[in-house]
Amino acid sequence: MFFALQGILDPGLMVLVAAIVVGCAGVPGLFLKKPGTGQAFAAVATILATLAGVAASMQLLFSYTTITYVLEWNLPFGPCELVIDPLSAFFMLPVFLVSAAGSLFALGYWPSAEHRTTERGLTFFYGLLASSMAILLMARNGVFFIMLWEVMALSAYFLLVTEHESNDVRRAGIVYLIATHTGTAALFVYFSLLAAQTGSFLLPAAGSLSALSPFATIIALSAFIGFGAKAGIMPLHIWLPSAHANAPSHVSALMSGVMLKMGLYGIFRTLTYFYDPPLLWGAVLTVTGITSALFGIAFAVAQRDMKRLLACSSIENIGIITTGIGVALLGVSSHNTTLVYLGMAGALLHILNHSFFKPLLFLGAGAIIHATGTREMNLMGGLGKGMPRVALLFMIGSVAICGIPPLNGFVSEFLLYLGFFKQLKADSLVYLVLLAPLLALVGGLAVIAFSKLFSSVFLGTPRSPAAAHSHEAGLTILVPMAFFALICLLIGIAPQLGLHLVSPAITSFYPKLASTELSVEYGAILGRLSLSGALLLAVAVVAMFLWRWRLGKSPVTSAPTWGCGYKRGTARMQYGASSFSELAVSVFNGIIRQRIGRPKLTGLFPGAAHCSEVPTETILERIIVPLFTIAGVSFAFLRRLQHGQMHLYMLYVFVTLFILMLWAH
Amino acid sequence: MISLADQLLVLVLLINFISLGTSRLIFSIRAVAAQGVILGILPGLIHPFSWHLVGITVVIIGVKGFVIPQMLGRAVRSAEIKREVEPFLGYVPTLLLGAVFTALSFGFAGRLPMLPEHHNYMFVPASIATLMTGFLILTTRRKAISQVIGYLILDNGIFIFGLLLAGAMPVMVEAGALLDLLVGTFVMGIVINQISREFSSLDTSLLTSLKEE
Repeated sequence: MFFALQGILDPGLMVLVAAIVVGCAGVPGLFLKKPGTGQAFAAVATILATLAGVAASMQLLFSYTTITYVLEWNLPFGPCELVIDPLSAFFMLPVFLVSAAGSLFALGYWPSAEHRTTERGLTFFYGLLASSMAILLMARNGVFFIMLWEVMALSAYFLLVTEHESNDVRRAGIVYLIATHTGTAALFVYFSLLAAQTGSFLLPAAGSLSALSPFATIIALSAFIGFGAKAGIMPLHIWLPSAHANAPSHVSALMSGVMLKMGLYGIFRTLTYFYDPPLLWGAVLTVTGITSALFGIAFAVAQRDMKRLLACSSIENIGIITTGIGVALLGVSSHNTTLVYLGMAGALLHILNHSFFKPLLFLGAGAIIHATGTREMNLMGGLGKGMPRVALLFMIGSVAICGIPPLNGFVSEFLLYLGFFKQLKADSLVYLVLLAPLLALVGGLAVIAFSKLFSSVFLGTPRSPAAAHSHEAGLTILVPMAFFALICLLIGIAPQLGLHLVSPAITSFYPKLASTELSVEYGAILGRLSLSGALLLAVAVVAMFLWRWRLGKSPVTSAPTWGCGYKRGTARMQYGASSFSELAVSVFNGIIRQRIGRPKLTGLFPGAAHCSEVPTETILERIIVPLFTIAGVSFAFLRRLQHGQMHLYMLYVFVTLFILMLWAH
Repeated sequence: MISLADQLLVLVLLINFISLGTSRLIFSIRAVAAQGVILGILPGLIHPFSWHLVGITVVIIGVKGFVIPQMLGRAVRSAEIKREVEPFLGYVPTLLLGAVFTALSFGFAGRLPMLPEHHNYMFVPASIATLMTGFLILTTRRKAISQVIGYLILDNGIFIFGLLLAGAMPVMVEAGALLDLLVGTFVMGIVINQISREFSSLDTSLLTSLKEE
């Protein structure tokens, strides 16, 4: 379809127009009186723009072209170039797809009729967030980049605090603001140093800088802090769980599925500047990546809040992607093209995959919250009976995120495993093999986390009245979910398609990989994978039909799940979410540090008692908050300067100005 | 032409003294409006004709001479106050301070390293003196409306400095500064209303109760 458009429209322009349309989609809704019209308009406009935008970005991607526009702006920061190269075009895909699915989902999840006061702002900032990310990918002027970065960060903030009546939401918002602005401060350092190196605010061309100059390390470090804080790489992830948990679900989907990737895009872009990255950089990325993956998923296992669990699993996935980037970078430093190819392909494909299955899961979580009114997994149960379609789609997402064949999560992790095992026979960097068992451990923990999530939510008997009266979600909720589930299945069954999508981006990252040998070789391997995946799927389908057929033949009696012959079994006798993960959590107790309140039982017939296990945010609560408290106490004397007398504040400015004038004299 | 510009600048300086010396708010607002109109005329006197210049003149006179004074006048009427009583520093001392600052700014401007063609103008000293006047009003007056007036005069001072560069300044910067001012005044107008509703007074020193503990 999109090749037909080639003659008519310039694809770069089409992407640009699509991005602007997405950004403006929420504007009419701000002024329309009638509830719902603006929201419906925004959804239609976003979907139409997405169709155009995705088609155009695919065309740009497959034709390996780079398109440059120059924005006429009268600002003293040099020319403002907008460039779409394959790397940008690749990241453009999730931006468009997730924002379109989210805006459709919002119709059912956050209907204007019920949320009149918040819906308008939500729709507007949703478009703005998506649009700023799309244009961010094109920006090649440091100042313009920072502007869009801030638009993105702030619109995400406004989306996040949609339900600002709640204390938790406001607290999450403040933590997010502090984290994102710390990151932005690092980016100011980053862009200033880059400008000092190149003499203009235009981002340097690929391979134009040497990593051995003294500034390069500082540039890389500030990029790691600035972009890593947005991506949620481990020590910088503090804002992520509470932000994702407290935002409306389609916003969490966009934040987790796409906004985190903007941080990764920044890291990718930074790495392209240097032609000789030292081994240390790759090592740092690999180590922080695998640490994030391991701890992220360990935290996920401990969570009781469904969306917090998903958020922690985002940290894990970002960690896996960072590991891939790190491994690829090690390959660049040691001139090992296979390693570069596999690390890059794994990382990029996982970016794409994560931006499909994570929104699927967040949208599913939204459908569940919509039905039950809670995020607490210990209060759910048995929802599979009330909402079987959501349950099926959610299961597809869970299987995909655990990296189990035949879904897409497996493909990207498989590429990484291939890369690790290749090192067994290599001359250098043999110890990379050790990453394979770590990644396997991460995968295993992911299975625990997601079987906990799925089983406590959908299986068993309802643990609360709200869960007992769940209802199937509407079409606007199911269609976006089904769409993502289909893509997950498609990439899982036909991984070569995924490889086709990432190849151009890999080439633009590492031009020496332009030869097609490697992609042909691994395309063939993935072809075999595709065959076995299809076989597995066929077996599963056949088994399901056999089971149905047997079920149809014999008489069926229904009893409560886990009834186990008890006369009066209650829902509280079944395994709860917390009890399910108890063992796994106890292994990681040093890191996770649950706050456990156990009652003291005395006598033969103890009275009613209450037991609670609350997972804590280890890094936030044990390190960051105490640090901030110490800073607050030690700088308390500065507070005397803030007394509330307006005219004295003016006097401060005045005196400063006066001193500066005298000094200049 | 230049002598006319200088005479207008003297007028600007006199208006500074008027707003320093008067306690009647409406009078003060009118004085600032007059100052705005004069500033609107000035670019036309020192730069050759261009449509850009016409645009600047019209917008400046419109915004500084009419829109902002109107908004302030409405705020004064709705808050039902006429005078600034009990400023932190009396009128005579502020007038004297204003005179001292004006003298200082002439002295200071004479020593600045400037292009030779700018040396004979009064622009720089007038600009600094107006800036100082704005600061004086901001720091010594108690009522929120007086603070807005101080802010406006401060901005006028910056504008006079910008006149030297009017040819080189991009439209966007000018538009940005003007918009800033307009929005600033607009917000202050709202704040004024809120303060007077909350504390039934416009005394900004009462705002200390809002500070974070």
